Amino acid sequence: MAENKFIVRIKRQQRLDEAVRWEEFELRYRPHLNIITCLRDIAEKPYTRDGRETTPVSYDANCLEEVCGACAMLINGQPRQACSALVDGLEKPIRIEPLRKFPLVRDLVVDRSQMFDSLKRTKCWIPIDGTYDLGPGPRVSPEVQEAGYPLSRCITCGNCLEICPKVNQHTEFVGAAIISQVRLFNMHPTGAMHAGGRLEALMGPGGIKDCDNAQNCVKVCPKNIPLTESIAAVNGQVLLHTVKTWLLGQD
Amino acid sequence: MKQPRIIIVGGGLAGLMAAIRVAELGVTVELFSIVPVKRSHSVCAQGGINAAKNLKGEGDSTWIHFDDTIYGGDFLANQPLVKGMCEAAPAIIDLLDRMGVMFNRTPEGLLDFRRFGGTLYNRTAFAGATTGQQLLYALDEQVRRYESEDKVKKYEGWTFLSAVMDEGGVSRGVCAMNLKTMEIRTFPCDAAIYCTGGIGAVFGRSTNSVVCTGSAQSALFQQGVYYANGEFIQVHPTAIPGEDKCRLMSESARGEGGRVWVPKKAGDPRPGKQIPENERFYFLEEWYPKYGNLVPRDVATRAIHKVVYEMKLGLAGDPAVYLDVSHIPAEVLDRKLEGILEIYEKFVGVDPRKEPMKVFPAMHYTMGGLWVNNKDQATNVPGIYAAGECDYQYHGANRLGANSLVSCIYGGMLAGPAAVCYSRSIEKGCDSVPASVFERERVRQQDITDALLNQHKGTENPIAIWRELGDVMTENVTVIRYNATLKKTLEKLDELSDRFAKINLQDRTQWANQTLNFVRELGNMLILARVITIGALARNETRGAHYKPEFPNRDDANWLKTTKARYDCGKITLEYEPVDTSLIPPRERKYTAAG
Repeated sequence: MAENKFIVRIKRQQRLDEAVRWEEFELRYRPHLNIITCLRDIAEKPYTRDGRETTPVSYDANCLEEVCGACAMLINGQPRQACSALVDGLEKPIRIEPLRKFPLVRDLVVDRSQMFDSLKRTKCWIPIDGTYDLGPGPRVSPEVQEAGYPLSRCITCGNCLEICPKVNQHTEFVGAAIISQVRLFNMHPTGAMHAGGRLEALMGPGGIKDCDNAQNCVKVCPKNIPLTESIAAVNGQVLLHTVKTWLLGQD
Repeated sequence: MKQPRIIIVGGGLAGLMAAIRVAELGVTVELFSIVPVKRSHSVCAQGGINAAKNLKGEGDSTWIHFDDTIYGGDFLANQPLVKGMCEAAPAIIDLLDRMGVMFNRTPEGLLDFRRFGGTLYNRTAFAGATTGQQLLYALDEQVRRYESEDKVKKYEGWTFLSAVMDEGGVSRGVCAMNLKTMEIRTFPCDAAIYCTGGIGAVFGRSTNSVVCTGSAQSALFQQGVYYANGEFIQVHPTAIPGEDKCRLMSESARGEGGRVWVPKKAGDPRPGKQIPENERFYFLEEWYPKYGNLVPRDVATRAIHKVVYEMKLGLAGDPAVYLDVSHIPAEVLDRKLEGILEIYEKFVGVDPRKEPMKVFPAMHYTMGGLWVNNKDQATNVPGIYAAGECDYQYHGANRLGANSLVSCIYGGMLAGPAAVCYSRSIEKGCDSVPASVFERERVRQQDITDALLNQHKGTENPIAIWRELGDVMTENVTVIRYNATLKKTLEKLDELSDRFAKINLQDRTQWANQTLNFVRELGNMLILARVITIGALARNETRGAHYKPEFPNRDDANWLKTTKARYDCGKITLEYEPVDTSLIPPRERKYTAAG
């Protein structure tokens, strides 16, 4: 192999009911190359290393600066964003696979709509009265802003679900990203007025009890969101809410 | 009364805001987006959103915001709607604040504001350096709430192909393709609002996201919607050049005190940090003492070009200059700019808290776009509305930083109710349109797809054509424009179009076939590229981002007018209409002193 070439192995599957195959591509090295450019190079010359013509690889990508969450995939076994995965830092040959915890669409494309459904189920929004002019929002201390802002940077990439042992076919666990969003909305002065509903959504099957504290999530979050802190905080809120509801239920 | 049927295409800030307003009126919305709306390009906006809330005791006002915007746009924007936007901006910030956006705060718990380009006031509210992401999420959450109440139905993973037009030239629906099943289907609606963003992909590598191809705008243009001021393309002065895209380094870096410089000695081999203060050339501060590093983007971009290409002072001879924030305390940087510094660190591998960043201008924003009226975002085609970056209305010849988020939200706020109002006013709704009208459009679109899938003799690769398109457009139709090279660009576009006709799809499967979708977009990009280039060739003056050394001055006598491109039977023609300058008389634009 010439020095300025490197090899990428990609797991291909056209549809769920078709066989999996691995394809090897030899690509031209350039400094600062990322996985997205590799996939585009393949689309420009869709021939495997042994010269067989193939189809361009299907993959999700959009912002290419790690803020939209689209291009999560397994790169050398790690869930991460393809845009910020630079060839320079990766062991060769580079292995690329789709995330495994989500239904496959094709090649590297998976369907992560379950995460958006979970956000719906847990009511992750501030219920405003309307868009008409009602004056300024509530005052928020810099401390609350500085605690909330990092949580609000979650890009719903799904890495934390991918790495979590409790997200599997046998559970409906919502995953760390969703729990952390509940914490964010319960932190906001208006959101806090409706904290109960969000906590109740996390109390049943698939809720916070399913977390068994493996703490893998926080290690693969591309935005360094303190996910384990969020889980602990929301766990505390859930306990408190349970006790409160029980006490109120006694009158 | 029958409920109006409203479709919104595009789920960025403008589309989501329009959806919220329509749902709030009790009308159900169908919302189409290529990507899950939470992944829309609005997430990339970094620095902030402008509103003259005057919370810093500077005497700022919505009128000054209006004047800065008009002056910054070199008087090409129609003034009444811009005034409306600036007046609405403070309440828009309040609304976003109520939606829970984690804006940075002052010790008193109020919104913090910072400075941006083209103004002397601290007018920009911000959430770290990921303001667009925070705003998009806030609107996404509100839409999700409406979705849970069945007032919004999302079609994520569908791409727009064309409008369904009836015999009378009225839009009656939308034709779209499912990106998983590749199914092509029509959806009836009384009014459609297009919020399909910018067109960065026409320039290959830009700061835009992958979906910003302009394909929808181009398709609508080919169906009779005017495309206005196409030649006005914003090139952002500070981006990290990259092979897949150019990554924006927000103007807020300069708003927080960042400085742009090059070593005074050409080709100075020393690392930036080791070059003493007196051997640095802070050219923006020297040339524009009043605004300094915060001159508008077109001015800063041309200055960088001059320093690099005329004065040959690019870093180590390369096309790059320093954007330096390393003198600002790391604690301040982390609180206010972390999002962008993280991007630089991850993609370049250097910590900008310690070393100056190497940046260069990159295509960033589309001032031009679908022509809309001066009132409510309606295009010239009945039943078609446009809002957000894909319309042309708010930024004239150059957009001021942090005005895009506010224009997207304001446009969406106007378009939603306007579409509902229109739908209620028409005598016959889309349900009275014969099925054959819809079937005809579906078949027309299916035929285009089938022709691509069945063409087995093609030799041309779509990515290769796209990369060539990007290169020629970036080289000839961005910062500096010469009529001779613009003419050559048109010849190159002819060549690319010929080659496009011989495309080899390389993927003929009918499942999640991204190549097929990309090729359809590419065909539309080639036409939009032509609109931009023809507009630039015709406009023999210099105004805002449109700079022609052969015609170095603004020429109000001949060119204070809006370019309107129209498409008839495969031919693009230009018309012009006067600009509404009824509120602020045009004056000379120069940033060497306060405007």
